Amino acid sequence: MPDKLRMRFSKTGRAIWLSHLDLMRTMQRAFLRADYPLKYSEGFNPHAQISILLPLSVGVSSVCELMDFQLKEDVDLSELPARLTDVMPEGIQVHEAYPMENKAKFLKWLRVTARLEYDDRNLEEMAAGLTAFYARDSIVITRKTKRGEGETDIVPAIQSLQVKAGEKRVDLEAVISAQEPTLNPDHLIAALRQLKPELAPDFAAFTRQEVYFENGEVFR
Amino acid sequence: MDARLERILPKVQKPARYVGGEYHQIMKDKADVDLRMAFCFPDVYEIGMSNIGMRILYDVINRMPGVWCERVFAPWGDMDAEMRKAGIPLYALESGDPVSEFDVLGFSVGYEMAYPAVLNMLDLAGIPLRSADRPNLTPLVFAGGTSCCNPEPMAPFFDLMVVGEGEEVDCELLELFRTAQKSGWSKTQFLEAAAQIQGIYVPSFYEPDYHEDGTIKMVQTTHNAPERVTKRIIEDLDACPFPTHPIVPSTEIVHDRVNVELFRGCIRGCRFCQAGYVYRPVRPRKPETLIQQGIEALKSTGYQEATLLSLSSSDYRPLSGLCDGMLEYCEPRSISLSLPSLRADNFSMDIMSRLQKVRKGGLTFAPEAGTQRLRDAINKNVTEEDLLNSCRVAFEGGWNGVKLYFMLGLPTETDEDVLGIAELANRVLHCWRQYAKFKNRGVRITVSTSCFVPKPHSPFQWEAQVTMAEYQRKVNLLRENIRARNVTYNWHDPDTSFVEAVLSRGDRKIADVIEHVWRHGGNLEAWGDYFSFERWLNAFHDCGVDPYFYACRERGEEEIMPWEVIDMGVTRRHLRHERDQAYKAVLSPDCRKQCTACGALKLMTKGGCCDA
Repeated sequence: MPDKLRMRFSKTGRAIWLSHLDLMRTMQRAFLRADYPLKYSEGFNPHAQISILLPLSVGVSSVCELMDFQLKEDVDLSELPARLTDVMPEGIQVHEAYPMENKAKFLKWLRVTARLEYDDRNLEEMAAGLTAFYARDSIVITRKTKRGEGETDIVPAIQSLQVKAGEKRVDLEAVISAQEPTLNPDHLIAALRQLKPELAPDFAAFTRQEVYFENGEVFR
Repeated sequence: MDARLERILPKVQKPARYVGGEYHQIMKDKADVDLRMAFCFPDVYEIGMSNIGMRILYDVINRMPGVWCERVFAPWGDMDAEMRKAGIPLYALESGDPVSEFDVLGFSVGYEMAYPAVLNMLDLAGIPLRSADRPNLTPLVFAGGTSCCNPEPMAPFFDLMVVGEGEEVDCELLELFRTAQKSGWSKTQFLEAAAQIQGIYVPSFYEPDYHEDGTIKMVQTTHNAPERVTKRIIEDLDACPFPTHPIVPSTEIVHDRVNVELFRGCIRGCRFCQAGYVYRPVRPRKPETLIQQGIEALKSTGYQEATLLSLSSSDYRPLSGLCDGMLEYCEPRSISLSLPSLRADNFSMDIMSRLQKVRKGGLTFAPEAGTQRLRDAINKNVTEEDLLNSCRVAFEGGWNGVKLYFMLGLPTETDEDVLGIAELANRVLHCWRQYAKFKNRGVRITVSTSCFVPKPHSPFQWEAQVTMAEYQRKVNLLRENIRARNVTYNWHDPDTSFVEAVLSRGDRKIADVIEHVWRHGGNLEAWGDYFSFERWLNAFHDCGVDPYFYACRERGEEEIMPWEVIDMGVTRRHLRHERDQAYKAVLSPDCRKQCTACGALKLMTKGGCCDA
């Protein structure tokens, strides 16, 4: 029986607008196009055995997506990334494939970068304000949950955060908790809108850069 | 990506529709391209990408060296509003470039309700709506698609319209356009030359003159344009290219699967059916070709479903062998094969059972009318026995739902015919009680009715549509007589059908109405979300147009129809004969049994016989 496998891929450019469901469908079709036989579940409505470790929000880029999958037969994993990338829509690139060793639950931290755009503000001032804001002891935001609205303090989910003013934008880089609790990078901006609207950017675009174990080692 | 676009996409529903980048989209280097065409579909992405005509033409046009054809769809309301707010003009999906920078815009207009969306797209592109307000050769704005068989309601907006199948004539048109550009022709010079190509109608070269009662007196032809424009067909369909590497949308669309087109035309000649007349003559592809193209498309796309398309697939002689050939590839790979447009007969049921091995949901039949007399009048060659036999096979085979489609307001219809629908539904229910394999699951029988819209180039082109009040009376009559708990009755509102009836048989005076509707917020009128009957009534009123003149008036036998300038192959004499047979409730044989000399065969320059 072939191993459980994992692959790392990017989702950038036009592909960031695909939803999680769109991506799952795209993956299944891409495997068929590249002639890799995905393993399907048994039963009345068979579905491919694929699972994306951290589903990505629409509009967010990533260069560190991980997906687990199983094939019906052993294949040469070294050529899989190129063959799959060849049959992908624009913006999806497969970087590597390997036997899965680490369970998904051990993935703890996520490093994200954000491009914050302000249309007519002083970027240095914004950057200074942001640094001060995220240094607060607690940042309690209101967010919609399945049972109405809930309040959460996002500070414990932020391991580190830096802000830098660029020429046309403010760059933010943060290491945040990916699981238990999950901090959606968007909440970093939601916190500004709710608590310090004068610092809220006119537009923010996030990119997932890397994922880590609890101890800070790169997760694969 | 355009920075302004990046900012609005997070705010709209299903942004993947607006970015392109799908697998198999065609990208070209602008340095190698001297003619850029925007293929515009006046409906949203999910509908447009499901259109097989668009996919065929995208493939064919992009095969031309130096020509880059890109896709443009209508944005949904939220996106439309955001684009206007941000000052983003309508753009093409492949390059993201504004449509106004293209040389040629080709609209694919398949149904009349899309007319206001065409105007909205032109406006969003920043292009003047009317041909007369676009003095230059570029951008050329033309249209094709089934609704061009009556080009008049949209005549003032398009520079030219293509009648019939586009594979050859679109390329001829683009070649001519390239010559015109290189030689510095004026727009009029180009249109004069284009009008000489078979299948091209240049509206500005035809000037209708009206009688006092509003009917057409005569049509004056200018610029040496032909008196009638004859539609184009592909004579040898089997040799015609078919897209085996179609775009695979990354987001879900309506018909998300591989299409296999069995044949064009239909041997049946149902008298209410425009498609059955305007797509004549019947021309099949060979099963070997279809199997090869189908498998190639499945391999290249990774789709897990293929569908066998035509107007009436059970009429395809080699259907059984074709299914076997496809199943041989599909079954071991868990690819499902679907077959819409089947007739309710035993042969079809046998095929269905072979294709649908697992999931058995509902089956849909379209008896169209409730009594045999009316079915004979409309030349729908389905007997009650056929239908009940099919239902029996279905119920025995484990199906537990049947949908039945009917039209109300067909010519010669009486209350007896309306009540016949309720009776037929009861017989289907009885059939289930007698033969169902799994009775404990219950049964769902759904009866749907819509209001009949008489269409140009069909035998019923002379008929009056029933008034909305009369349709409602028929609906109520039927409602009162459908009593069984297992039978659900759905009916479509007649207001859309009424507007459709005006548009489909309209003349040039309707153009102002369409523009008025768009100027007052009309856009994607085929969508319940957008359609406002009041808006249409206001437009009729303000433009001084009596909609009943177009929808509910019976045309005189000698009246000149607005669409008569278009020759779809079938003669007026034949249509009139079929209409007379309808009033006698006499059937006409299908093309396979006996040629009725409808006239369409003259389009086959090398002869042929109409059989699939």
